[in-house]
Amino acid sequence: MTVLFDGIASGMLLFLISVGLSVTLGLMNFVNLAHGAFAMVGGYVCVTLLNRLGLPFLLSLPLAALATAAVGVLLERLLYRRLYGATHLDQVLFSISLVFMSMAAASYFFGANQQPLLLPEFLRGQFKLPGLDMGVYRLFLIVVSGLIAWGLQALVSGTRFGAQLRASVDNPRAARGVGINVERIFTLTFALGTALAGLGGAMGVEMLGLDPGFPVKYVVYFLIVVAVGGSGSITGSLVASLILGVVDVAGKYYVPEIGSFLIYAVMVVTLVFRPQGLFGRKAVR
Amino acid sequence: MTTITKRFFLSTLTGAAMLALGATAALAGEPLKIGMVLPMSGPFASYGKQIESGARLYLAQSGGTFSGRKVELIIKDDTGVAPEISKRAAQELVVKDKVDILAGFGLTPSAFAVAPIATEAKKPMIVMNAATSAITTKSEYILRVSHTLPQVTAPIASWAAKNKIKKVFTLVADFGPGLDAAAQFKKTFTAAGGEVVGEVRTPVKSPDFAPFLQKIKDAAPEAVFLFVPPGEQTIAFIKGFAERDLAKAGIRIIATGDLSDEDILDSLGESAVGVVNSMQYSEAHNSPENKAYTAAFAKAYPGMRPGYMSVAGFDGMQLIAKTLEKTAGDSDGDKFMSAAKGMAWTSPRGPISIDPQTRDIIQTIYIRKVEKVAGKLQNVEFDQVANFKDPGKQ
Amino acid sequence: MQTATLMNNVANNVAVTQLKNADRWQAPEFVFWLLPIAAYFVFPDNLVLLTQMAITALFCISLDLILGYAGIVSLGHAAFFGLGAYTAGLLAANGWGEPLSGLAVAALVSAALGLLTSLLVLRGADLTRLMVTLGVAMMLFELANKMTWLTGGVDGLQGMEVQPVLGMFRFDMVGKTAFWYALVVLFLLFWAARKLVHSPFGLGLKGIRLNVARMPALGAPVNMRLAAVYTIGAAYAGVAGALMAQTTQFVALDVLSFNRSAELLLILVLGGSGSLYGALIGTVVFMSAHHVLSDMNPEYWQFWLGALLLAIVLFARDGVMGGLRRAAARLGLGANQGVAQ
Repeated sequence: MTVLFDGIASGMLLFLISVGLSVTLGLMNFVNLAHGAFAMVGGYVCVTLLNRLGLPFLLSLPLAALATAAVGVLLERLLYRRLYGATHLDQVLFSISLVFMSMAAASYFFGANQQPLLLPEFLRGQFKLPGLDMGVYRLFLIVVSGLIAWGLQALVSGTRFGAQLRASVDNPRAARGVGINVERIFTLTFALGTALAGLGGAMGVEMLGLDPGFPVKYVVYFLIVVAVGGSGSITGSLVASLILGVVDVAGKYYVPEIGSFLIYAVMVVTLVFRPQGLFGRKAVR
Repeated sequence: MTTITKRFFLSTLTGAAMLALGATAALAGEPLKIGMVLPMSGPFASYGKQIESGARLYLAQSGGTFSGRKVELIIKDDTGVAPEISKRAAQELVVKDKVDILAGFGLTPSAFAVAPIATEAKKPMIVMNAATSAITTKSEYILRVSHTLPQVTAPIASWAAKNKIKKVFTLVADFGPGLDAAAQFKKTFTAAGGEVVGEVRTPVKSPDFAPFLQKIKDAAPEAVFLFVPPGEQTIAFIKGFAERDLAKAGIRIIATGDLSDEDILDSLGESAVGVVNSMQYSEAHNSPENKAYTAAFAKAYPGMRPGYMSVAGFDGMQLIAKTLEKTAGDSDGDKFMSAAKGMAWTSPRGPISIDPQTRDIIQTIYIRKVEKVAGKLQNVEFDQVANFKDPGKQ
Repeated sequence: MQTATLMNNVANNVAVTQLKNADRWQAPEFVFWLLPIAAYFVFPDNLVLLTQMAITALFCISLDLILGYAGIVSLGHAAFFGLGAYTAGLLAANGWGEPLSGLAVAALVSAALGLLTSLLVLRGADLTRLMVTLGVAMMLFELANKMTWLTGGVDGLQGMEVQPVLGMFRFDMVGKTAFWYALVVLFLLFWAARKLVHSPFGLGLKGIRLNVARMPALGAPVNMRLAAVYTIGAAYAGVAGALMAQTTQFVALDVLSFNRSAELLLILVLGGSGSLYGALIGTVVFMSAHHVLSDMNPEYWQFWLGALLLAIVLFARDGVMGGLRRAAARLGLGANQGVAQ
């Protein structure tokens, strides 16, 4: 049972970081491989606020998300915007160049080592139930991610912004014709996606560690979530993340010899039978 | 003898002497080029940084010259796990930069890839970190000043057996040094009467130890023996261990000193206190050489703590310096190697020497416990195995 | 009526002649191929770097065949490179050190894997193919990692002994033999690839890439062609991997890594896909920049490389080749039909 719990926690963290990528890729059709770099920014901001400024953990988290969103908006305005019409390949080249620069910069400012992160007392330890040991921090992670998932879904399907977003994605020209400021929507969406990445990165420091290599280490997992879940689908990202988290953790527990092999196998099989992902739309491009 | 013959004899002798002196003077004047192949970027950049720091410190302390020869240090990045880049870097150092000595090698594949170059070019190759036992067998020109996994594992295995630990679960990273460590631990521990109740190998990139830790908890051993490369893995393990309250379940951690390497020790936090481990160097080692070393290190690199890799860099340079003293500045490959074999001195870690048969390092392995000393976490030594040779070769 | 047929015939002839001419070698191409020969004399101390450039260029061509010409985006091409490398490596480590036959066997083995996995990349959008190819490569990586008894794992394959090329040219430390060996193999395979892309088969690929829905209407079997080009691309990559193994006499797990596939994609995009020369130019630019920057700043060269790539993508769309084409067009140099589009 604990294995299941751990898998869910792992999956939720993955969801938190990856949902931003699913949003930008599916909704804006922009291949942003630098997504992991934004998560890294969030992690470093959180750690700096926590360690250097002594701010409480629960305050550092949202601040990290906001800081990341600020960086995201800045980059979107200055750079990303120029490549909206570019080919996917050029977007790949662009985002990877950002990754390189961010990794070297992180190494320069923070050193090549792991960043220390000390959780506040109330987030440490475990809750013990019969047959199930729940890590407090993992529980925290699951609750927060769950709330965010619910909030996102409500935002996209229930609010005006969400409606405008969906309209801009389905048909930008018509949306503009109706008076929707598509450029602003994209900027806001990008800000949201990067804020989520930053929050995920900050919350993930405890479980995934934080060093300048973060963006390339985990980018594969984010891509897997987006591909399996279907780009653009929040529900898809959630389901895919949970499946992958549980499969990974359970696989390592029960059959450690196959280790990481399992996730890739699951992904390939899923994509062979449903190339658009579990919840994605059929490929148009 | 007639005066003429005497004069002739004397002048020839003087001439010859002057020629010889002139030659050595010319040789002594020639700069000594040392080429270091290190991971300076990528996931293992911290290794390169530590090794470089120790090396440069020694160089600074020697005034930048060994036996009258000015030392030129050329450092090339091999990004860690790309042996063809290591090989390329070494080849360029030898052919283009015409270095006299190769050094560095943060990881085993780098050392393996470069060994043939050392052999073909007849250049001494000083290994400062790569820890797989078989490395020194790959070329007659390899000398190692760091350690091997079997060398640091056997002592902790013996210690555990002697200290009422009967059941151990081993967890190692799934690569050369990890497998070396697991094999050696099993060998020594079972020979001393202990039982290895479970073994697991974790993927080298695994950051999340949750499933493995759960497995360990379920197996309920008395201790878990750990070897994973120092860095994020060791931190993740300690955190996970604490989170799952494995210590409360009566399980101790025993490990090689990679777990509590000074470079990352502070990031481990309180959870690391009490961990017993074995290694060749501790910042808290009580000797005049070490006191001088740590003081100089703190002055030269504020914000960094000296770990065992920095000492390997320091000692590597010291080995070169001392060998050149013996060969009067001659860095010819074969002469260097025969002079270096058997070289012994006192390093900041304690007394060390180079085994003349295997060209590997013989040193004292200390058993230490992580404790808080003057507000800082340190590896406090409380037992040792002196003059220990690499058991991986026996 | 007769005029219409006459005009039709003329049009046909013009089209056929144009296609035939596209196959002819242009002047800039001859100049280009003199460069590596010149490099041998200008950079005698950097032969190992030049050799690795030639090998990577071949690897990049193999990706261009499937990506630039057939439109299959792959993030797992290292699977074939690594398989080729290990094949050649295992042969050399177990007594079969003859290099040319090693290349041939590696090509066959990689082609086999390519054919097998081609089934997986036939359908799906860019992202799907990206992830499926990535998944296959990662599974191969994990497999090789587990089979440490065979592959040597992260530490690498030990005991490779490569015989002299053609029985005469020993692999020396300076890298002369390795350089010419890699360069000749690169040139021959490039020449073959060039012939291929200008053949009806190659044109069919272009059709598939540009308008896949239309092709069956023209009677061109889409899936068979995609599978064929994927297999050929895999074979080329396998040869590149085998060359790497033979010239460095060492193979470690990184030949199958994600980093290798990702870097390759980066190089191809940098150079510009779809022209074969883009693959070559991209390799030269990227590896030279990496080398020079790394020597200048071993710790933070990545930053400057990233900045360089950023500048290129912002100011030169479609990579270096795209930039060159636009420059040529602006200067009024029209006749680059043979190789560019």
